[in-house]
Amino acid sequence: MAVTVKRNPGDVIFLSITAVAACTVIVFIIGILFVLIKESSLAIDKFGVIDFLISTDWDPVKESFGALTSIYGTVVTTALSLVMAIPVALGIAVFVTEVSPNFLKGPIGIAIELLAAIPSIIYGMWGLFTLSPIMGNTIEPFLKSATADIPWVNVLFQGTPMGIDILTASIILSIMIVPFTASIARDAFNLTPDVVKESAYALGATKWEVIKNIVFPYSKLGVFGGILFSLGRALGETMAVAFVLGNKHQIFTSLFDSAATITVTLANEFTEADKDVYLASLFYLALVLFVMSFVFLAAAKFLLLRADRRYAR
Amino acid sequence: MKTILQVAVVAIWACMLSPGRVEAADRINGAGASFPFPVYSAWAYDYNKATGVQVNYQSIGSGGGIRQITERTVHFGASDAPLQPEQIAKGKLLQFPAVIGGVVIVVNIAGLKSGALRLDADTVAKIFLGEIKYWDDGKIKSQNPTLKLSHDQITVVHRSDGSGTTAVFTEYLNGVSPEWKAKVGAGTAVKWPVGIGAKGNEGVANYVQRTANSAGYVEFAYAEQNKLTYTLLKNAAGTFVGPSFDTFEDAAATGTFDPKNHFYLWLLNAPGKNAWPIAGATFILLAREKTDANRKVVAFYDWAFRNGDRKAKELVYVPLPTSLKDRIRAYWKASGIQ
Repeated sequence: MAVTVKRNPGDVIFLSITAVAACTVIVFIIGILFVLIKESSLAIDKFGVIDFLISTDWDPVKESFGALTSIYGTVVTTALSLVMAIPVALGIAVFVTEVSPNFLKGPIGIAIELLAAIPSIIYGMWGLFTLSPIMGNTIEPFLKSATADIPWVNVLFQGTPMGIDILTASIILSIMIVPFTASIARDAFNLTPDVVKESAYALGATKWEVIKNIVFPYSKLGVFGGILFSLGRALGETMAVAFVLGNKHQIFTSLFDSAATITVTLANEFTEADKDVYLASLFYLALVLFVMSFVFLAAAKFLLLRADRRYAR
Repeated sequence: MKTILQVAVVAIWACMLSPGRVEAADRINGAGASFPFPVYSAWAYDYNKATGVQVNYQSIGSGGGIRQITERTVHFGASDAPLQPEQIAKGKLLQFPAVIGGVVIVVNIAGLKSGALRLDADTVAKIFLGEIKYWDDGKIKSQNPTLKLSHDQITVVHRSDGSGTTAVFTEYLNGVSPEWKAKVGAGTAVKWPVGIGAKGNEGVANYVQRTANSAGYVEFAYAEQNKLTYTLLKNAAGTFVGPSFDTFEDAAATGTFDPKNHFYLWLLNAPGKNAWPIAGATFILLAREKTDANRKVVAFYDWAFRNGDRKAKELVYVPLPTSLKDRIRAYWKASGIQ
């Protein structure tokens, strides 16, 4: 834009300030990556890359560390929370954009944004003191008895229901990511051109047919991008699940088992990591999470960009 | 524009420079163990009122405390686990105990009163190894012939986060059970054979309170404040004792803290007749060459040793016995910092 604009000194200063501000982001990312690699170098040397990623051992006393249990816990809690959050979030988005009368749109939108604004430590305390007793005393025993005779499914609900497990953690996570998915899905739905929708109505389509055949196909990629953003959020969430996950390094099969995620391991063990290799291994875990999040978010951004390009002409 | 920028720059410089310069003189910065944080901050508050000197203590964990003092970024570090004399020498540090705490076994058995259940060291180790699975196990029954124990499965509750409490407790199990030593070992975090993990002392207290037939370990203060059911333990002298100020003090008084080793001691199975077997001092670490800063830190702890016992007890910490305080003062003098 600015080739022919006459430069005045204020403009130059203003532009350079914004340029510096923008550059700091890149500097921070590279700086964090550099520090993570530097601090974890001891563990990288000792355990290698593949061996660290596939080892299930996590024994601070014998100084033997592997990331697989934490990665597994991270992936499972994230996947479960997405499975629970996506239908609700899409329901909210459809209601707000297509179904709801106008006077309800405001309050629901605000409620969603308030849900997103609650600090994760609050979710954590609520999970520990409120949700987890309910889960342990009522919901989980019910699930256990209801599925006891169904082969394969009953494997998921084995063990003593304590309320301190994968299931509780995933539910808390899903509540946390609903607002993100819902608001991105809402924006994606709003990208559907009104002209197309109105044409469909004019042809006699019902509301459901319009949503199914017009809105969903139009916003597919946008919604998918939103889901990936929520996934990134769930991957990195710490305090909400740190209290109810138990930080147990194991490959579990039952949803009533304790587990560890990468962030929960970091939050629990970082302050008291008294040996160099121990600390380096925690940094190494952080590096693994950094790469995982980067990959997921890059994919999300890519999809959203493609969605924008295709529909927002 | 220019003047605004200039003002801003000057203001930023002023903000960055002035507090450091003014306050450096009468401010002590410490960081480390979270267990003694409440008592250190209570002492710091009183000390500030009495002398005007500010003691700023951040509870960032023992591991962090050791690193910070090794890198000389704070005036003193604090650790729940004592550093070995070799580590002290290597880091050019000084070390002394400041206050005593203890770990108690807490259980949740319907109808059981505090101090009713008796356990010896081997039984505790076997419970936490998962070898004793039920409360009516023969080994528990034989020590408690009068108690009616039902066939309920024991749920072990342990810490999920790294912690000095875990270090003291696992060090105790290491000492009393060769099997524990071979299979698990001791440290701020270990690979627990059984049980569920809870975050923090408050987490363990919460889980034990909530889970029927559970057994866990917490700092004495948490058992007291949460009114948890604690057990008696058999000490080195062979008597069953309960956790109290008296039994902790007996442990501290009969423990062999040696200034030559920079007081390196796990206060476990102390020989006293009434000594609680799982106690531990929490330690202060100083940078040996920083004499001026050390004098200020030592002045604070000397003041706390003189005036802080009552406050410590209010917060359910066990003050050091007088004989040990004297040995610490001699150690300060010998190191040229008092």
